[in-house]
Amino acid sequence: MSDAVSALQGATHEGFVTVAEAGLVGMLSIRCDLTSKTLLKALKAHGFPKPEPRQIVEAESGALAWMSPDELLLICDHAQAAQLARTLSEALEKTHALIGNVSDARALFRIQGAKSDQVIMKLCPADIAALPTGEMRRTRLAQVPAAFWRSGPNEISLICFRSVASYVMGLLEISARPGSELFETASPSS
Amino acid sequence: MLTLTCPCCGITAEETEFAPGGEAHLKRFGPDSSDADFEGYLFARKNPKGVHFERWRHAYGCGKWFLAARCTATLEVFGTYAAQTHKPPADLIKKIKAKRPEWEPQA
Amino acid sequence: MSTRLSKGGRLIDRAKRLNFTFNGKPMQGYEGDTLASALLGAGQVMVGRSFKYHRPRGIMASGVEEPNALVGLGRNARFEPDQRTTTTELFEGAETRSQNHWPSLEFDVGEINDAFYKFLPAGFYYKTFMAPQAAWKHLFEPIIRKSAGLGGVPKEADPDRYEQAYAHCDVLVVGGGVAGLAAALREGRAGKRVWLVEQSAYWGGRTPVDGGQIDGFEACDWIKTTLQELESMENVTLRTRLMAAGQYDHGYVIGLESVGDTRPGADLPRHRLWRIRAGRTITATGAIERPLAFAGNDVPGVMLASAVRDYVANWAVSPGDRTVIVTNNDDAYRTALALLDAGLSVPAIVDARETSHGALPQEVKARGVRVLEGRAVAKVLGRQQVSGVEICTQAGEGGAIETIDCDCVAMSGGWSPVVHLWSHCGGKLIWDAGQAMFRPDPERPPLGADGTAMVQVVGAANGDLTLAAVMGGAGLGACSSDEAAMMPVWQMPAGAPPALRFKSFLDFQNDVKVSDVQLAAREGYESVEHTKRYTTLGMATDQGKLSNINGLAVLSDALGQPIPATGTTTFRPPYTPISLGAITAEAKGPLFQPLRRTPMQSWHEARHAHWEPVGQWRRPYCYPKAGESHREAVNREITNTRSNVGLLDASTLGKIVVKGPDAGRFLDMLYTNMMSTLPVGKCRYGLMCNENGFLMDDGVVARLSDDSWLCHTTSGGADRIHSWMEDWLQCEWWDWKVYTANLTEQFAQIAVVGPKARQLLERLGGMDLSKEALPFMQWLEGRLGGFDARIFRISFSGELSYEIAVPASQGLALWEKLVAEGKDLGVMPYGTEALHVMRAEKGFIMIGDETDGTVIPQDLGLNWAISKKKSDYLGKRAQQRPHMTDPNRWKLVGLETLDGSVIPDGSHAPADGYNANGQRNTQGRVTSTYYSPTIGKGIAMGLVLHGPDRMGEVIEFTGEGDAMVKARITDPVFYDKDGEKQNV
Repeated sequence: MSDAVSALQGATHEGFVTVAEAGLVGMLSIRCDLTSKTLLKALKAHGFPKPEPRQIVEAESGALAWMSPDELLLICDHAQAAQLARTLSEALEKTHALIGNVSDARALFRIQGAKSDQVIMKLCPADIAALPTGEMRRTRLAQVPAAFWRSGPNEISLICFRSVASYVMGLLEISARPGSELFETASPSS
Repeated sequence: MLTLTCPCCGITAEETEFAPGGEAHLKRFGPDSSDADFEGYLFARKNPKGVHFERWRHAYGCGKWFLAARCTATLEVFGTYAAQTHKPPADLIKKIKAKRPEWEPQA
Repeated sequence: MSTRLSKGGRLIDRAKRLNFTFNGKPMQGYEGDTLASALLGAGQVMVGRSFKYHRPRGIMASGVEEPNALVGLGRNARFEPDQRTTTTELFEGAETRSQNHWPSLEFDVGEINDAFYKFLPAGFYYKTFMAPQAAWKHLFEPIIRKSAGLGGVPKEADPDRYEQAYAHCDVLVVGGGVAGLAAALREGRAGKRVWLVEQSAYWGGRTPVDGGQIDGFEACDWIKTTLQELESMENVTLRTRLMAAGQYDHGYVIGLESVGDTRPGADLPRHRLWRIRAGRTITATGAIERPLAFAGNDVPGVMLASAVRDYVANWAVSPGDRTVIVTNNDDAYRTALALLDAGLSVPAIVDARETSHGALPQEVKARGVRVLEGRAVAKVLGRQQVSGVEICTQAGEGGAIETIDCDCVAMSGGWSPVVHLWSHCGGKLIWDAGQAMFRPDPERPPLGADGTAMVQVVGAANGDLTLAAVMGGAGLGACSSDEAAMMPVWQMPAGAPPALRFKSFLDFQNDVKVSDVQLAAREGYESVEHTKRYTTLGMATDQGKLSNINGLAVLSDALGQPIPATGTTTFRPPYTPISLGAITAEAKGPLFQPLRRTPMQSWHEARHAHWEPVGQWRRPYCYPKAGESHREAVNREITNTRSNVGLLDASTLGKIVVKGPDAGRFLDMLYTNMMSTLPVGKCRYGLMCNENGFLMDDGVVARLSDDSWLCHTTSGGADRIHSWMEDWLQCEWWDWKVYTANLTEQFAQIAVVGPKARQLLERLGGMDLSKEALPFMQWLEGRLGGFDARIFRISFSGELSYEIAVPASQGLALWEKLVAEGKDLGVMPYGTEALHVMRAEKGFIMIGDETDGTVIPQDLGLNWAISKKKSDYLGKRAQQRPHMTDPNRWKLVGLETLDGSVIPDGSHAPADGYNANGQRNTQGRVTSTYYSPTIGKGIAMGLVLHGPDRMGEVIEFTGEGDAMVKARITDPVFYDKDGEKQNV
């Protein structure tokens, strides 16, 4: 669909870090017994290893995050999400599972810069300094649910619900305003 | 403000990430139950000063319900455990007994 | 008079002069000054007037405990009252104003209160303004309100920005004095994640002023090297200007950081509220010196002894040329040494103790200072500034022995540990009789999440008042002068007669005197908490930092009981006031709360929709055209929808997929009717009740496949109902194989409604939407005009209606396409009010209107949606309770006004007689009421006693004012009773 649009159509703000909405991204919610061999096989067929609790694993075609003991979030190209949902549903036809295409229910943000952690510190009660690469933290961002992980050197990716994307962008923008850095260095312990 | 550890995802987080759900281990009574049983299920809640078992949901996290044993007077958390059980695990009971010798688990 | 000394001042930079004003008068200070040091440096001794008696007041302290020297700071929107001059850092251009006087600081009409002090004792208001009752509202209260309060209130919105931040650490050390530095060093070296916070702008606490040696180094050098080591540690975070305001459960600490206070107008957050979660808190918060209670101890120029030497050493400010020191301990002699070193005069030291032979008194005596032992100050002379003191014996009744000229009095009544953070969360105190103070009881600490102590106390906060004791506690060697025992003095002189006690202030900010506390005791206020509230002792913005111990000692004496038996009042956060802005932080203006936006929100905004809040959504209420009232717009939208075609943004409706082998069984428990038997491809309206039997949500359920259903919920109910489902699945029926997914936001949903709806959709092409291909209460999936669509043939208006769900990313495109394609069909958007009126015309209930948490489906005539076959569903047992089956429960009916008017919202129908409370009996109430443009008159739905049996009867409802509205009881379905329009 050529006129499909993401919540904020890639809006960007420059502060002491850059905050940007990442545009359309494919996301599937997978609810299943995570030890199911059928599930693991189907995921492997698309290049995804099994994530351990709280892990997010990267693969060529996207990333796979552990959301809860019976839920995964598969992140992929937006254009491929619907087809991938069908393929996985077919593979899991005889297994008790639910595949939901949630690509348009979410918004993805990228926070880029050496002081990205400081933006999270202003908004989330989670201990970002203790978050290792490869782990996703689901938490509260001001008044809405959010999840984030370290998606690269000096980069944090953050997911929220689509309807509050504008609110989240407002929070990220005000928190990243120059002059309001929490520390001169990237984080208190660096 | 409390901190709790969600046994479902292993995260220790502050209270604002959780939603409270009241007393744990209630037994549901349905259409064939007596008035007394149904009244107890619907309305009668414990309100102890001391050891209490309660329901919490990791609302801003993994979304799962779990149960917690907590002292309502000192706010000490003795432990959290899966919601899919009819009574607190034996090792938790033992741990609480060690810390609160005068406490007796209720049937 | 106070003045700036030509030399010294370790905290000021004489190269950087700063201009400021006090009551419009230009003054100068230096960078590093506080407002207080700058005012004193500029010779301003009197800086305000007291709250109740309007007595002249000056600067008494050098820190957070200051009770008097509060000023209004800034102007217009940036004006802020009650700013503590002793902790406010001076900045270029600061505008300050003294408070609590009229017309001027020097000449104040309110000062007359002071002459009538005998008539304004504790409890004066309670006793005086009792009768007549009417006088309170019209006479007493307006006068009291006008004269009460400290500073003025800014009238404009605060233009500044505030923020919050979360920090996590193993150990939080509060207080950057030597005890805190030593604790941070120990924890830092042990590899702990440490935060060390200090409320002032500098490190070292009192030690740089009071001196001594630590670990073989001069104290100042030790502080410097310790700081260097701490700064080099990656695991240690150091923070000045950060005040730990409160210690809460499980290691939670709130701290307020001053960020932009000295740069008003800069693009900076003014304050930052830190929410710190610490494994352990070590409080090294020091101690606060106590005043002595003698007559005139509030005259400008009477200061704490420690503050006097602080001003000399830190800011090179002389509080006066001739300072008399009044003390009951050795520590105050340090002030004499500091003054002498600065070349100032100390005419005498008045020591209440019979002898003073400690090292410090010896040193002072050796330098030729007169020490008067066993003596006291009978009264201070002077009104707007100290001019002298009358000396008497401490043991006597105040008979003057001599008068000493002086312009400053430095007093010390001993020290009180700052135990606030220890006490906030339950840490207990013990009375230390030797030092006459409460200090933390290590046996009864506040407990953390694991049941062990979460707060430790070190240094002076722990009652270790000498440097040697402080550093000894940290395992370090230190030398400082040995100090002889102090002598508790709660009233000076001990036998002070009423005339002196009436002028011996305990709480300076609230003007509470020794006589007031004694009066409270005489009148039966035995509890310290009651005395506090009766006298207002300790209730001011300083929260009794100077007054509490003196006050409860006087109370104990009056009650004839030891001090520990009286105890302290409760310590509550914040330690010092924190700005409301910091509590609000970013949550104001557009970020006050999350506003959820549908994919079509921008389109509605561009059409100037009038909004209706629905949960956190803002839904268009109507789309008024130029010159159109909201009511006219709603009527137009309804008429157009009923005659042409209307579009509704229904994206906010909850959409929850329920899937699994046990999904049908689960939904049968959740809904009152049978969902497991719903054929694939069909839709069914369902009701959900809670276990009390009350109706909590409704919506259309569509069966998607053999093992999956899509449940629509109300707009406000999606998250709640999803949580409700998960609760039952996780906590009750955890062996049932069911998964749920809340897909509410995945889809944009558009209701295309009206006789021309099909015609419009056919123009988009791609799907057969004929009556045969898609009958009423069925759904289809396909490509509609190039959109991935799921189309539900359901109607909430009674018209031919399709609800089209497309992925949210395509919602706006579909909406715009429908608007463009339907132009000649008269397509128009309609809002929630049109939706409400049309559903009421059809007699459809609305959750939240017809229901209020006390209504069961049976009340609403919805028995047809309650399965008789099912042995159980949530709420079924409750609906069997006698009250629920009572034939006298009010039941839903339609109401048609006889005169065509609209019954006001919330109207009740009165019945004969009165209830036990003398209230008029009622026989019904309105639940929804609208003007129906379709019917051409006011229609309503309501719950009425025996309503369904009273069809055609006319009853009265309360109208506007005293008017009554007559309405006929009818069937709730006003429009198209046979459903022919929706089923075409």
